[in-house]
Amino acid sequence: MNRLDIDPLIDDPATRVLVCCGSGGVGKTTTAAALALRAAERGRRTVVLTIDPARRLAQSLGLRELDNQPREVKVEGFEPKGELFAMMLDMRRTFDDMVLTHAGRDRADQILSNPFYQTISSSFSGTQEYMAMEKLGQLVAQGEWDLIIVDTPPSRSALDFLDAPQRLSTVLDGRFIRMLSAPARASGRGLLKLVGTGFNLFTKAVATVVGGQLLHDASTFVQAFDSMFGGFRERAQRTYELLRSPGTGFLVVAAAEPDALREASYFVERLSAEGMPLCGLVANRTHPVLAALPAPKALAAADDLERAGDAPLAAAVLRLHADRAAVADREKRLLARFTRAHPGVALVGVPALPADVHDIDGLREIGSRLAGE
Amino acid sequence: MSWTEELTRARLHVVSGKGGTGKTTVAAALALALATGGRKVLLIEVEGRQGIAQLFDRPPLPYAEERIASAPGGGEVHALAIDAEAALLEYLAMFYNLGFAGRTLRKMGAVEFATTLAPGLRDVLLTGKVKECVNRTGPQGRHTYDAVVLDAPPTGRVVKFLDVTKAMADLAKVGPIKGQSEGVVRLLHSGDTAVHLVALLEEMPVRETLDAVAELDAADLRPGAVLVNRVRPPRLPARSVAAAAKGNVDDERLRAGLRAAGIDLDEDTLHGLVDETVEHAIRVRMEQSAKEKLAESDLPSIELPELTDGVDVAALYELAELLVAAGVR
Repeated sequence: MNRLDIDPLIDDPATRVLVCCGSGGVGKTTTAAALALRAAERGRRTVVLTIDPARRLAQSLGLRELDNQPREVKVEGFEPKGELFAMMLDMRRTFDDMVLTHAGRDRADQILSNPFYQTISSSFSGTQEYMAMEKLGQLVAQGEWDLIIVDTPPSRSALDFLDAPQRLSTVLDGRFIRMLSAPARASGRGLLKLVGTGFNLFTKAVATVVGGQLLHDASTFVQAFDSMFGGFRERAQRTYELLRSPGTGFLVVAAAEPDALREASYFVERLSAEGMPLCGLVANRTHPVLAALPAPKALAAADDLERAGDAPLAAAVLRLHADRAAVADREKRLLARFTRAHPGVALVGVPALPADVHDIDGLREIGSRLAGE
Repeated sequence: MSWTEELTRARLHVVSGKGGTGKTTVAAALALALATGGRKVLLIEVEGRQGIAQLFDRPPLPYAEERIASAPGGGEVHALAIDAEAALLEYLAMFYNLGFAGRTLRKMGAVEFATTLAPGLRDVLLTGKVKECVNRTGPQGRHTYDAVVLDAPPTGRVVKFLDVTKAMADLAKVGPIKGQSEGVVRLLHSGDTAVHLVALLEEMPVRETLDAVAELDAADLRPGAVLVNRVRPPRLPARSVAAAAKGNVDDERLRAGLRAAGIDLDEDTLHGLVDETVEHAIRVRMEQSAKEKLAESDLPSIELPELTDGVDVAALYELAELLVAAGVR
């Protein structure tokens, strides 16, 4: 197995952006925070962009409010050699700021009060991913940090992070909205000839289903937006290119579970297809045995002790050891299967802490486990 | 408190839970349990993951109901993966003759465009199809399915998904979809529907479960049972847990006990065992407090064990048996 060495990665001045991806519930946010903390303590000026941190994790970084700007982490007893900044993404605010920066005051007001904009900016699937990339682009452009560590939105699939911005830009690209809101003007073009009356029926059906007012709002919004930015698609493309630029690396976080590892596999394949650099796989919350005692021997001895009815402590310890050995075996098997399918991918197992982490000490401990200490 | 009389009357069982809690596994086991004894149950997924096919070790499910398993006592489980695009085309075809154009539009991404243009539309289409399955009757007027189990979106999104009334606020105020969604609202808010939550005995999943219960109550949707997944057996005698969690394990007593069983260990291995014991004790205490927290929800609760060998089809039957033993029917 190819071991993923965290310290050389975060110490390397050429590493500028690290993106932590993975399916929901695998501990991406905690991993991102622990990496950032470690990098800062090892001397780098680091910022971590978290998407939806658990409240207590956010508090441990001193993130009490969601103000969409990096804040220096100042916690008693935390004196890193470098510096640590942290922020939580506020997608609505990031979107608003984007509009305010690029449009004149009047234009911006017009867009911000459009009902369709309000839907898109607060509840559209894909907006969070799009805005995470937008924010990452801003942080890179500011050029203030040695290392930017990014958490990704808690989507079902790790691939959403790459696909959602494209999906959003397709919807907002204007082509369909313009056709739907002004089919008469657009008619005669090749596309409409192709689908002919079906499209008119479709337009009618969609208008019936979503309502004419919504279509009108959407059309106004897209036109205002289009003239301002030269289209969402190009903008999404630019942020996408950022992920392929030198200095960016991806860490795929997974639990040693079949579903999470399957998602990790898809993601690894996708990164290689896109020419995006994969640093390795973080197998989070593993349960390696701490004592070299074979499980069958432990179980046989526990049976003996229980039959004799003495040494209940020793019997219990032998049983819990055998439980743990069974879990460890299964995890090893699953990770070995992943490695067989992706022999080139470096991997590090991070032994689980027995309790949830919500302070700097806990994050530091995860950091040292990530580094294999 | 386990399965209640009220839950027995439900015909639509919605299963949600925090990501990574084993929602799909529990939904499948619940479908098998409900089918036990000769009933016909439909298991539905809506997120395009093909999780059911993977679980039952089959090729991806098409947009059609297929029999995927038999349950003890002559029962059967059918499965359906609802795809929002297919549902929209099926729906539009009922009212407009799209024919060939429908397929072309789909290829162009126009359908995805329409389902994403109005964020509520996708959910209305998915729940609309679920309602159709629940209410469908055969020639004798009998329901086609005795029960329907829905592998729903995770807790963070489930209330929004089920709250069709809110979604409809964005959509057309008239027309066929309005009429259809009123039927969905009636079903989801009736005694025919129960929303079960899958939890783990860990801090975050427990908190999300309790939040979801509050959200469901606020939206006037009915929380069903809490299905506590992956419960591991406590091994230490209850009286030793508190001390061990603080790091106090009597290693002399442990060494003597092991010797009695003919096991003589070096210092390192013994310390390793002590460390494992401390971690185990910390976890047991955490699980205990998680259980107490969950009890605050005052919902029926069923525990399912951790399966160290992983989840395969045989394991699903094992979990289903446990659910039946806990009163699920």
